[in-house]
Amino acid sequence: MRCRTCGAPAIINMRHHKLSLCAAHFPDWVVKHTAKAIRKYRMFKPEDRILVAVSGGKDSLALWDVLLALGYHADGLYIDLGIDVGGGYSTRSRETTITFQESQPRTKLHIISIPNVYGESLAALAKRKRRTDRPCSLCGVIKRHEMNRIAMAEGYNVLATGHNLDDEAAILFANVLHWQIGYLRRQGPVLPADGEGLARKVKPFCRFYERETAAYVLVKGIDYIYEECPFAVGATSIRHKETLTRMEHASPGTKLQFYVNFLRAKKEGLLSSHDRARPDLRMCPQCGQPTTAETLCRFCRLWN
Amino acid sequence: MEVTYRDRTWTFDEALTVEQMLKRIDVLPESVLVVRDGTLVTEDQKLKPGDRVKVVGVISGG
Repeated sequence: MRCRTCGAPAIINMRHHKLSLCAAHFPDWVVKHTAKAIRKYRMFKPEDRILVAVSGGKDSLALWDVLLALGYHADGLYIDLGIDVGGGYSTRSRETTITFQESQPRTKLHIISIPNVYGESLAALAKRKRRTDRPCSLCGVIKRHEMNRIAMAEGYNVLATGHNLDDEAAILFANVLHWQIGYLRRQGPVLPADGEGLARKVKPFCRFYERETAAYVLVKGIDYIYEECPFAVGATSIRHKETLTRMEHASPGTKLQFYVNFLRAKKEGLLSSHDRARPDLRMCPQCGQPTTAETLCRFCRLWN
Repeated sequence: MEVTYRDRTWTFDEALTVEQMLKRIDVLPESVLVVRDGTLVTEDQKLKPGDRVKVVGVISGG
């Protein structure tokens, strides 16, 4: 297989795009198509201050690298959940993130340690809340809260996450399976900051397959944490991804069509109603962040 | 050739394409990348006896 641009040996074949590219032209393609997605979905402007949520994994490090290549002001946020099972998973992912940031002068990395700030690791919290079977849902609550808190406190108006097409297709699949109308209304490449105290959330990699972001970090020589979070082993999201990947194998482009056609249908009025996408928000009396809860927000209830 | 994927290793004596090798180890090409001598290779590439091949999983979750 040859690179469509220069004819050199290809390093990746993207059957859904009928496109093969070499090690020189594939990273350029990723950067160019990220810029295209940012424009298409009106994610942010050159003057915006962007906080990239980085985990030490391939997607978030690739996203940070690409945003810097595009010349954006993009700093990183690493949230240390104190996951010490799996041979010190949090320690290794934090060190991988720090190593990447040190190779990028002019960038800043904010590190928040949940055990240090709130007194409990994710595992301890899951045990206390009797959620050891599903710590991923607590992880989501903590990350969303802390990402928004740090973005607001440090003056970032945009919060970027490394969600890729496989992530988005799996979330869409789960939301459709359970007809989660509220979640379906909010799902998309951009969640606007339509309330006081909220950062605009964007997903610039939402049209890249997971395989493409992995190829990007391998070709660019970016070291990333390869192993799965020990708490994510057996997660429902992975099972959904495997199901969709089997469909993709039989019919290339299935995931892309599933997601892109959903966005198109939404734009044309699917799921529209008199209700706004985001329900009414109040300020949490404890942390001051927006919440739909009548009293304390879900995050603050974790620690009470 | 020696093929590693996660914690497993396979040895094949004959030349195979990447696509044939993935079929032998029962892995879908859409869920992995294949690296030979530090370089990514596409499904049509021929792998020869003596090659050291690493199959990198790309599906993550949580």
